[in-house]
Amino acid sequence: MQPILEVQQLKKYFSTQKAVDDVSFRIEKGAIFGMLGPNGAGKTTLIRMITGIFFPDSGSIIFDGKSFDPSTDIAKIGYMPEERGLYKKMKIGEQALYLARLKGLSKAEATEKIRYWFQRLEMDTWWNKKVEDLSKGMSQKFQFVTTILHEPSLIILDEPFSGLDPVNANLIKDEIFRLAKNGSTIIFSTHRMEQVEEICDHIVLINKGKKILDGTVKNVKQEFKENLFEVGFEHKAGETSANSIFEVTEQKDQSLILKIHEGFKPHDVLQYFLSLGQEITSFRELLPTLNDIFIKLVEGTPLAREFQPLSSSS
Amino acid sequence: MNKIRLIIEREYLTRVKRKSFLITTLVVPIIIMAFYAIMIAVSISGDTKTQSIAIIDDANLLDGKLEMIKNDKSIYHFIQDESEQSFKSKYKQEGYQLFLYIPQFHDSTLPRIKLHSQASVNLIVKSNLEKIINRAIENKRLKAAKINPELYKSIKAETEIENIIDSRKGEKKGIAMLAYAVSFIAGILIYMILLIYGTMVMRGVMEEKTNRIAEVIVSSAKPFELMLGKIVGIGAVGLTQFAIWVVLMLFLQLMIPLFFPELFQHLSDPALATASLPETGAGTMAEIIEGFRSLPLMLILFSFVFYFLAGYLLYAALFAAIGSAVSEDQQEAQQLIFPVMMPLILGFVMMAKAVNDPDSSIAVFGSLFPLTSPIVMMGRITYGVPWWQLILSMALLVITFLFFTWMAAKIYRTGILLYGKKVTWKEMWKWLVKKG
Repeated sequence: MQPILEVQQLKKYFSTQKAVDDVSFRIEKGAIFGMLGPNGAGKTTLIRMITGIFFPDSGSIIFDGKSFDPSTDIAKIGYMPEERGLYKKMKIGEQALYLARLKGLSKAEATEKIRYWFQRLEMDTWWNKKVEDLSKGMSQKFQFVTTILHEPSLIILDEPFSGLDPVNANLIKDEIFRLAKNGSTIIFSTHRMEQVEEICDHIVLINKGKKILDGTVKNVKQEFKENLFEVGFEHKAGETSANSIFEVTEQKDQSLILKIHEGFKPHDVLQYFLSLGQEITSFRELLPTLNDIFIKLVEGTPLAREFQPLSSSS
Repeated sequence: MNKIRLIIEREYLTRVKRKSFLITTLVVPIIIMAFYAIMIAVSISGDTKTQSIAIIDDANLLDGKLEMIKNDKSIYHFIQDESEQSFKSKYKQEGYQLFLYIPQFHDSTLPRIKLHSQASVNLIVKSNLEKIINRAIENKRLKAAKINPELYKSIKAETEIENIIDSRKGEKKGIAMLAYAVSFIAGILIYMILLIYGTMVMRGVMEEKTNRIAEVIVSSAKPFELMLGKIVGIGAVGLTQFAIWVVLMLFLQLMIPLFFPELFQHLSDPALATASLPETGAGTMAEIIEGFRSLPLMLILFSFVFYFLAGYLLYAALFAAIGSAVSEDQQEAQQLIFPVMMPLILGFVMMAKAVNDPDSSIAVFGSLFPLTSPIVMMGRITYGVPWWQLILSMALLVITFLFFTWMAAKIYRTGILLYGKKVTWKEMWKWLVKKG
């Protein structure tokens, strides 16, 4: 299937730093794509290039099979920035109408869609309220609606759950799944890893302007697994003598966490314990969480990048 | 184009619908007209009632009779058998508003005449009294010098000089004071428009930046469209407000005579109009109206609208750039705004000079230099400006506003997306020169 978005060797250098430095990836239609990275990694710059706010210094963006043309393609993109922005003194209904019409919807079309979404998310009574009268969570919800009103084929959500209570967060999460199922593609930018594991199919990790990881959540976990297994025992965890198959990294009351050495398989471990006559109640592989992987990859690099002078700018 | 129209519409409607817009639009002309009405009322107030003036003439200067002054409505009574001291305490009870005391005096000196009153005396009444006394003294001295008063009258000259401006359309009367007033008012208006609506643009941009809505909008429309839409939208607000003001002022001006009928009578009375408006130097109301006709009204109106729009576009672009560079801090805005305010204030100062001396080199320079020309040119226009200067000034202004808008767009594009960082002039320069 043709990807909805493909970026190739994208570069954007600012005078004081390389914000995005040779990044390439592709996003399949209908995917929920996680764009991860610490603060200041270059995610926002990358997103701003995809939304047509910035022009890349070099590289190309292919949107829906064609070279990205901001003047027409941004109507098919919905972007909810991390820094939420709404006109505080404007009425909710008028504001939704304005934002939808800016995306090219007619007044009648926009009104109809707004009514549909307001009803769906139980916001009917908000029409004549002003944003300044809404709570943080409410305005968050409203911003989400304005982002997806024009039924964009690519939806970019930067930290969509921050400030939402669990009930509303679940509501939005369900809407995200539903939108993806109906064919929209979602780029989901966050540094809340547990949400990524739950929602995303595919992730890239950006650090210091470079892509340092790219793959499906499952593959990434496999790639970073450390061959750790947890073995549970019927009785107290048995004594293990030094052996060439594995080493114990943690000893618990009724279980052991062990790391299997190169060249051996889980099968060999089981055989070892069976030969000792120990009764095993459970045996499972311990895969790293995305959080572990994130920390492992990013650790040691300062959170916000120091500004580095450029020797030469292209 | 469609997006710009939407943005203009929003900028315009949200402002026009605000209560504060309605209030300022209605209140300002009412305040101005009230001020105007009060000024007129005060200047002739004492005169709306007939004054009774008591006179004790110890010098027998007036000889018991008065030579009437034209349009003098005061009633004079000679009081006998009273001294200044005794009458001073009771003239009010006897129904007089004023009490004039003429002491005895030596022929070669001037008498020390006192006018007693309860409150400060109306200027017209005072000048009428002075005229009466001076004529009486003159007559007395003519008699003493054995000169026939009739002969003296025929000798005395009272010339008034009339200024004629020679233009291609033939002669016309020069109304120096009227031209001065019109120039000054037009200059001040342009100055205020640039300042008020320029800062309105700046605040609008700052609001969008601090609200973070700018990032949402620029993912739908180009930053340039957003900036231009805002500038044009607020300009339209300005034009609307202005049009309402003009209509309201004209309407209120017509209403004034209904509220103060006696005031209107006085104004239509040529002699009194002269007296109550002594500073215009233009003579009667009729002459003022004639003077207005002699001014190049169409040219003034056209120039006003042109400099209003072009000047506004120029300064609005600058203010938009400043607004985009400012992060939340109001104080920072004050610092950045200073270089933009400077030429505005300079223009105002030059304009004040230009109305007095419209062809001085500083006035000519100020009316050509694009940052000051909208204000200064309005200060010169009523006196007649050479065509080449007017055309050059307008051309320079248009070129400059196009250039500044292009420049402002570059700063704006970077500025509105940059949060929480103090921007230096050096950085703004970099945004300006960078490519792409």
